Amino acid sequence: MPANTGGPAILVEGLTKSFGQVHALRGIDLSVPRGTVLGVLGPNGAGKTTMVRILTTLLPPDGGRAAVEGRDVVREAAAVRRSIGLAGQSAAIQEELTGRENLEIIARLYHLSRATARSRAAALLEQFGLADAANRPAKTYSGGMQRRLDLAASLVGQPRVLFLDEPTTGLDPRSRLGMWDVIRSLAAGGTTLLLTTQYLDEADELADEIVVIDQGQVIAAGTSEELKNRVGGDVIEFTVPDRGRIPEAVAAIAPIGEGEPHADTETGVVNVGVGGGGSDALIEAVRGLDAAGVVTRGLALRRPSLDDVFLALTGHAAEEDGQPAGRGRAGRGRRRSSGGEREEEKVRTAS
Amino acid sequence: MTAITAPAPAPGLAERVRWGVSDTLTLSRRSLLVWLRVPAYLVFTVIQPVMFVLLFRYVFGGAIPVPVPGGYVEFLIPGIIAQTAAFATFGTAIVLAQELKKGVIDRLKSMPIARSAVLTGRLVADTGRMVITIVIIVGVGYAVGFRFLNGAGPAVAMVVLATVFGVSFACIAAFTGLAIGDEESVQAFGMIWLFPLTFVSSAFVPIATMPGWLQAFANHQPVTYVVDTMRALALGGPIEANLWRSLAWIAGIFVVFLPLAVRAYRRAA
Repeated sequence: MPANTGGPAILVEGLTKSFGQVHALRGIDLSVPRGTVLGVLGPNGAGKTTMVRILTTLLPPDGGRAAVEGRDVVREAAAVRRSIGLAGQSAAIQEELTGRENLEIIARLYHLSRATARSRAAALLEQFGLADAANRPAKTYSGGMQRRLDLAASLVGQPRVLFLDEPTTGLDPRSRLGMWDVIRSLAAGGTTLLLTTQYLDEADELADEIVVIDQGQVIAAGTSEELKNRVGGDVIEFTVPDRGRIPEAVAAIAPIGEGEPHADTETGVVNVGVGGGGSDALIEAVRGLDAAGVVTRGLALRRPSLDDVFLALTGHAAEEDGQPAGRGRAGRGRRRSSGGEREEEKVRTAS
Repeated sequence: MTAITAPAPAPGLAERVRWGVSDTLTLSRRSLLVWLRVPAYLVFTVIQPVMFVLLFRYVFGGAIPVPVPGGYVEFLIPGIIAQTAAFATFGTAIVLAQELKKGVIDRLKSMPIARSAVLTGRLVADTGRMVITIVIIVGVGYAVGFRFLNGAGPAVAMVVLATVFGVSFACIAAFTGLAIGDEESVQAFGMIWLFPLTFVSSAFVPIATMPGWLQAFANHQPVTYVVDTMRALALGGPIEANLWRSLAWIAGIFVVFLPLAVRAYRRAA
């Protein structure tokens, strides 16, 4: 296997893909070293799933090239399939059958002997905390258990490279943490992982490197720390319980911030980057808000999160359109979503 | 979990054929296991034709004069069996659409299994289901007065013909299931093509009772040829002309729709 020695586990160069008028991927480049975890971060419709489908040989690209373990995903698709595992956005399991049967069938499809299939299924059930439920139909499983079973199924073939497409979407917080533990242990075992997510904390938590994708393009790449440094400095954040007063709160803190304040009209969370201003900025914010007579909750100074990075990055892109952020996206039938399901809208101050 | 094993080298042709068969059997066993766990899926496939047998035998049948020895029940059962085989393909289309939506087909396509296995596995399992249903309907037919009048050999041939015909329709259904990809739309679309084909045929009433323009359709569509052949096999009478027409139609359906189904599977997203 000369193609397998050295080189990155995943290499993507100038990848493009369109569906009719929709340009899902507009020239993606990335490289994932062996044994590392790449977090692909982006809102709904950014092109994450399209990229995963191309890398797992399910979809041919229009242009550019992609290789997994040194094998071209188009010309050597069969070889690629022998070295990858895929866990998609929904649990691709047979709900009528037990967890054990699901895994044994997959194992048989990898042409393992009956005995090996049995022992591999048992080992995976044990590893994913499903041993007690092994002989129950999968439809009796909780959402988290079904996703774990699905993940276990993607590992039956002992893949060198594992693709996880939004592995925790739709899970409750507790199941999500459980899933994180499982993913961490896989990474620790040396499997190369590419995971897509809309959740910034998830990428922060699990990935060695992060690429941020928006509208089919990589708009930023680096470690979580590097991305946070790009926002530059600390963030003041607070909640305005009376949503109607958000514009006043934004106006009050605008002079303090280095960039424009961001406000989520649904949750009432307002934040602004304050650079190295630190506690002085915090005091000014308290004075400003007090003078404006706005009641706030949980006012605090914190290190920037990937949320801030994402808003900073995509905020610039929106401004180039010369349109308000929320509106410009909606006009192209896209949904701005960050940090989960909620709609995010940038409230702008006087410009 | 440490990935230690190197990817297996690409297999040769003989190996590929062997794996293709093995993958097909594994996937059809998966379906059989599902039916074993949830017999309701099978029961529903059987209930509808059983109700049709009772309905046409005892409610409508008395009002339908037919030109066959033994009366309406003899006329009816071969027709119902052909319809049962055709309607069994609802399941083929719906299950494929469901698996597409749930990501099961994505998972299987991303694995190093035979490219044909998902389709062939489905068809093999559904053929099994079809045969079971047909045998049950023959049994129910016997309970309500139907008898094979032409001997055991032609009786078996009738069941085989019904099954082969049903599998050809399953190719159409597989194509629609994978091309449409939405369970409810697939089901609705199944009604649109399966109802006219099975009812506007010789399955339930003599075609001569239909208006002329409808006869033109009924006389020249595959279900009529297949039902007339099955009826001749079951009850006696000339077979050959209708048998050749049936086989030509069935072959034509395979030639057109099997490649379409394969293409829809490859493109399924």
